[in-house]
Amino acid sequence: MAMLETKDLHAWYGASHTLHGVSISVAQGEVVALVGRNGAGKTTTIRSVMGLMSKTTGSIRFDGQDLVALPAHDRYRLGLAYVPEERRIIPGLTVRENLQLGLVASRGKIDERDAIEEIAESFPRLKERLDQEGVTMSGGEQQMLAIARATIAKPKMILLDEPSEGIMPVLVEEMGALFRKLRDQGVTLLLVEQNVEWALRLADRAIIMDQGEVVYESSSAALLADKEIQERYCAV
Amino acid sequence: MDTELILMQLFSGVALGAILVLTALGLSIIFGMLGVVNFAHGALFMVGAYAGLWVASLTGSFWWGLIVAPIMIGGFGMLIEYFLIRPLYGRSIDDPLLLTFGLSYVLVEGVRIVFGSDGIPFPTPSSLTGVVDLGVGFFPIYRIFVVGIVFLVVVLLWLGLEKTKFGLIVRAGARDPTMMKVLGIDISKVWLLVFGLGVGLASLGGVLSGPMRSVNPEMGALVLAEAFVVTVIGGLGSLVGSIVAGLLVGVVISMTALFAPEMATIVMFALMAVVLLIRPQGLFGKLA
Repeated sequence: MAMLETKDLHAWYGASHTLHGVSISVAQGEVVALVGRNGAGKTTTIRSVMGLMSKTTGSIRFDGQDLVALPAHDRYRLGLAYVPEERRIIPGLTVRENLQLGLVASRGKIDERDAIEEIAESFPRLKERLDQEGVTMSGGEQQMLAIARATIAKPKMILLDEPSEGIMPVLVEEMGALFRKLRDQGVTLLLVEQNVEWALRLADRAIIMDQGEVVYESSSAALLADKEIQERYCAV
Repeated sequence: MDTELILMQLFSGVALGAILVLTALGLSIIFGMLGVVNFAHGALFMVGAYAGLWVASLTGSFWWGLIVAPIMIGGFGMLIEYFLIRPLYGRSIDDPLLLTFGLSYVLVEGVRIVFGSDGIPFPTPSSLTGVVDLGVGFFPIYRIFVVGIVFLVVVLLWLGLEKTKFGLIVRAGARDPTMMKVLGIDISKVWLLVFGLGVGLASLGGVLSGPMRSVNPEMGALVLAEAFVVTVIGGLGSLVGSIVAGLLVGVVISMTALFAPEMATIVMFALMAVVLLIRPQGLFGKLA
């Protein structure tokens, strides 16, 4: 069963028409890499799914629900989390407070102390920094915090926008291990990436976008082997 | 000139400043969170004073006026946010500014129609009349009460912002409203409550200032100018700045009234100019 399915999705930034009928499907428990050049429409696709574009048409279904009419905050409550490219750690707030924000919508149904303890176990780098201001950490640590914040309420699916960007290789590997662990827990992942090789080694399947359209779909293994397609659509 | 008079005037300045703190905090909270420059803030201060007077005369008790009017006008503020300001989000910052500017005229004229153009005396509650000897001089009990109430409100506001979940959302939402949405938080509800809170603070200021000056439909105009000066001196969006600058402006106005009365109305603008020359971001503001 599809966890996320878009059909004929169009999106606009003001007058600029950036998505031209994107139809993608991500199965429950699947890890999908969404790749392609800058400006291909990858970020716009996940922003549309999250409800952050002012104008979209077409259908978006998540876990059997039609999302189109729902505001962004209701989409999160259905179990759809989003880690934006800029990480968006809130200045002036401690690591713990940033994590707490991820739990507000659960309205006390998740015990805050337990959830933060559990996250601290999965993210040892955050554990000793819980009372430090989030934005004073390194870029990689902030990325970990952004992912931790998005996972703390146990979403069914996470949309990640370029999580490996500008991060030390050792942390990128750590993040990869974390994504595998999430997949083993049954969390569905849609990964937008520029680091194509890394993304393909994590993902089950790959979708390539170009100029606001889906141009290619295959298993990750097949795309890894096909240097020509990679060259044509993903080369910088 | 004897020290007792100076101390008296100093304390009057603190009481005046305390009212300014309330009004400026409301203005600052609304601007910091919603990005709305609320030009109706002074008019809502005035409406709050009338509401307090009205409730007090209906119930025969100042205390009911003090408690009910800010809640009532705070609720009215929420209606303003919901029906008038909300449709303007996402547009230029000028749009809500012009809307609230127009609204302030509507409110002033509305009060004129209902209560008349003349000032109405706002009696000091009998339990708070008179003076008390503080060792250095005799101070009006009511002014001490005003300073105490403002202190209490500021402490509650601080606790609410720093120690509660709602405060966490307000602090975070002021920095990044979009991130709040994708974390499942309905930020428009937070804006509604924050606008109501800001307006409630202004109307509490209005009720408290009533017995110190009587109420009239124009009383909000000067208050608005003072509140703007205070938020600029303190630093836009800084709550600590509003508190320090509010007290500072109150004391400076009051002391100038003693030594150079003809300068009293312009001294705060001079102070603002000096602060802006030395620290353009205000005393506690951060550089953008």
